[in-house]
Amino acid sequence: MTPKPPANNPQQLLEQMLLIRAYEEAIVNGSAAGRMPGTCTSVGQEAAAVGVVNALAAEDLILTNHRSAGHLLARGADPGRLLAEVMGRRDGYCKGKSGSLHISAKELGVVLTSTIVGAELSMAPGVALAQSMLGRPGIVVCFFGDGAACEGSFHESLNLAALWNLPILYVCENNHWQAFVHRREAMSREHVAEWATGYGIPARTVDGNDVFAVLEAAQAAAAQVRESGRPCLLETTTYRTRGHLEPDDQGYVDKAELANWLARDPITTSRARLLADGLLSQAQAAAMADEVASRIAVAQAFAEASPFPAADELTRDAYA
Amino acid sequence: MPTLTLYDAVGAALTEEMRRDHNVIAFGEGIATKRHELVDEFGALRVRNTPLAEGIIAGTAVGAAAMGLRPVVDLLFAPFLCYAMDELVNSAGKLRYLSGGQFSFPLVTLAMTGAGWGVGAQHNHNVEAWFVHSPGLKVVMPSTPADTKALLKTAIRDDNPVLFFLDIGLLYQPGEVPAGEHLLALGQAAIVREGRDVTLVSYGKTVHHCQQAADQLASQGIAAEVIDLRSLKPLDEATILGSVRKTGRLVVVHEANRLCGIGAEIAALVAEHAFADLKAPIVRQGGPDAPVAASYPLEQASVPSAEAITDAARRLCST
Ligand SMILES: Cc1ncc(C[n+]2csc(CCOP(=O)(O)OP(=O)(O)O)c2C)c(N)n1
Ligand SMILES: [Mg+2]
Repeated sequence: MTPKPPANNPQQLLEQMLLIRAYEEAIVNGSAAGRMPGTCTSVGQEAAAVGVVNALAAEDLILTNHRSAGHLLARGADPGRLLAEVMGRRDGYCKGKSGSLHISAKELGVVLTSTIVGAELSMAPGVALAQSMLGRPGIVVCFFGDGAACEGSFHESLNLAALWNLPILYVCENNHWQAFVHRREAMSREHVAEWATGYGIPARTVDGNDVFAVLEAAQAAAAQVRESGRPCLLETTTYRTRGHLEPDDQGYVDKAELANWLARDPITTSRARLLADGLLSQAQAAAMADEVASRIAVAQAFAEASPFPAADELTRDAYA
Repeated sequence: MPTLTLYDAVGAALTEEMRRDHNVIAFGEGIATKRHELVDEFGALRVRNTPLAEGIIAGTAVGAAAMGLRPVVDLLFAPFLCYAMDELVNSAGKLRYLSGGQFSFPLVTLAMTGAGWGVGAQHNHNVEAWFVHSPGLKVVMPSTPADTKALLKTAIRDDNPVLFFLDIGLLYQPGEVPAGEHLLALGQAAIVREGRDVTLVSYGKTVHHCQQAADQLASQGIAAEVIDLRSLKPLDEATILGSVRKTGRLVVVHEANRLCGIGAEIAALVAEHAFADLKAPIVRQGGPDAPVAASYPLEQASVPSAEAITDAARRLCST
C-alpha cells in the first residue's frame, strides 16, 4: 500500500473527515462496550489533519503522535489494519505491538510515531537530515500538539532545523488542551507560531476547523519548505471536543467554550458549505455517509477476526 | 605494531568506517573542532558541530538512523546522557519493537566517564548499567585502544543503537593497535589472563587493576583468571560461566556503584547457573552509593584498587 494521492475535489476532503469521525466513533463505542481499548481521539480536529495531509506529495514523510488517526487515515491507511493495531491484533500496522499510541506505517511514509510528548519533534531533524543527505525528494511534516510545544524538544528542534536548513514543515495542532490542562494555564503566549518566529522560522496560524483554509495554508507552507529547503511552521487552531483519552467525562471543560467549538464542527460546517455552494446534493451526502459506515463495518469485522500475536512475538523485533 | 591512545583509536575507527561507508556521519558538541582531520577528509556535511543540546543531538541521530544514515554522536561526558535519555531509551530503544520491526536504529553514542581527571560527579558517573537495563540498546566499554578501535568499528556496523563508553582514566594511555581492518564481535569477552584458582571479572580501567591484582596473587601462589567483558550487552555469559566452573571462585569488579550494577547481574547469573561449582561466596567490588568527589584521594577511593581486589581474592582462596 502506498500513500493516497491528495484529494482533487472538496467532496473527497469531506469524505475523509467523515471516515475519521466514523472510525473514532466506532472505537469510542467499542471501548464503552469493553470490546476495545480507549484511545486519544481527534474528534473535532479532523479538518486540521485532512487539510494538511492532502497538501503533501507521496514522497513526503510524516511524524506524528498519540492522536494520529486523522493523519493516518487521510494518508490512506487501511482502517481495518489500524483498528487491528488498536486492538493488539497480528494484522495491525505494527503487528499489534503499538496499540493506538505509536502507530507508524512506513509504507505510507508515516515514520517514527512516538507517544512521548515532544519526541516526534526530537526525531524530525534527523529524518530531514537523512532526506537531504541521501538526496531523497520529499519534505518532512511533523505533527505535534500545543502541549508538545511546551517541551524543550520543540525549542531544540526548531533551533537545529533553522540552523541546519532542514526541510521540515512543523504543524502544531493547537487544540487548547494538554491532557487535563488548558493551554491558557501552560503557555506564556497565545500562539505557538509566535515562538517559531523567534527562531527565524516563517510561521502562520490558520483556522484549523476550516478544511479548505487548512489545505490552502498547508499547500503554501509545504511549497515554501520545498523551494527554500528550510523549515516553516503552521499552527492549526482547533479544539479537542472529546476527552483526552476515552472514557473521559470532560467535567473539567468549560461548557460555553466547548459549545462554541461544537457549533463550529469541521464536518458540519464544510458539509453545509458544499451543499450551499451546490457542490454536494443531499443524496450525495447521504450516499457518502453510507459508504463510510460500510467501510468502517468491514474494518471492524477484519480487526475482530485478526488473531492476537503469537507467543514468540514477545521478544521478536527488540533487536535487529 | 602501531601505538595509539584510546582517544586516537576512536579517531582511527571513525576514519576507517567513514571511508568505507558514506552513510556514516558524526556530530556533537565540538567533534568537528577537536577532530578537524575528519572534517578535512569527509567534509562539513558529514562531520558537524552541534548546539549544546544533548536531547536534540540524540534525537537527530535516532531520526537519521531510522532513515538510512549511520550516525555517531559524541555526547561528551556520561552524566550528560541524562538530557538524552528519552531519545536513547524511549525512541532508539523501543521504536523498533513498537513499530513491529519497521525501523532499525544503527547509531553509536560516545560518552566519557570514570575517575582520572578529578572532574566530580556531574562529569564522572558510570551509568552504563542504566542502559543495560533498557531494552533495545547495546552497551560497550573497552579497556584498551586496540579493543576500542575494533569494537567501535563493529558498533558502527551494528544495526542496533550502541552506547559506547570511554574510560576517562584510559583515554590518553597508549597501547598497541593492529594496523588495518580488525573487528571484534560485540558480546565477546576476553580472557586476558588464564588461571585456575579464582576468576576476576571486570571492564574498563578496573580490568587493569585486576591484572595488577593477578600479578600480586601470582607471587603468593594464587593463579587468577582475568576476564575483560568489553561489552556489557550483549554479555558473554558463556565465558563467565566457563571460567567460574573451572575456578569455583568469583570476584566481580567495577567502578560503577555496586548497588544494582553489572556485578549484581553477573553474581546472579553465576548463582543461577554455576552454584554447584562455587567453592566460596561471590564477592562484588564496586563504587560506593555516593556521588564521586573531585578531590583526588576521594575520587581514587571510589575505584576498586588492585590491593582491594588482591585481598578479596586471597580471602576467597583461603576458604
Ligand atoms: C513526556 C510525556 N509527558 C506526558 C505525557 C502524558 N500525555 C500524553 S498526551 C498528553 C497531552 C499532550 O498535549 P498536546 O501536545 O497538546 O497534544 P494533544 O493531546 O492535545 O493532541 C500528555 C500530557 C506523555 N505521553 N509524554
Ligand atoms: Mg493539545
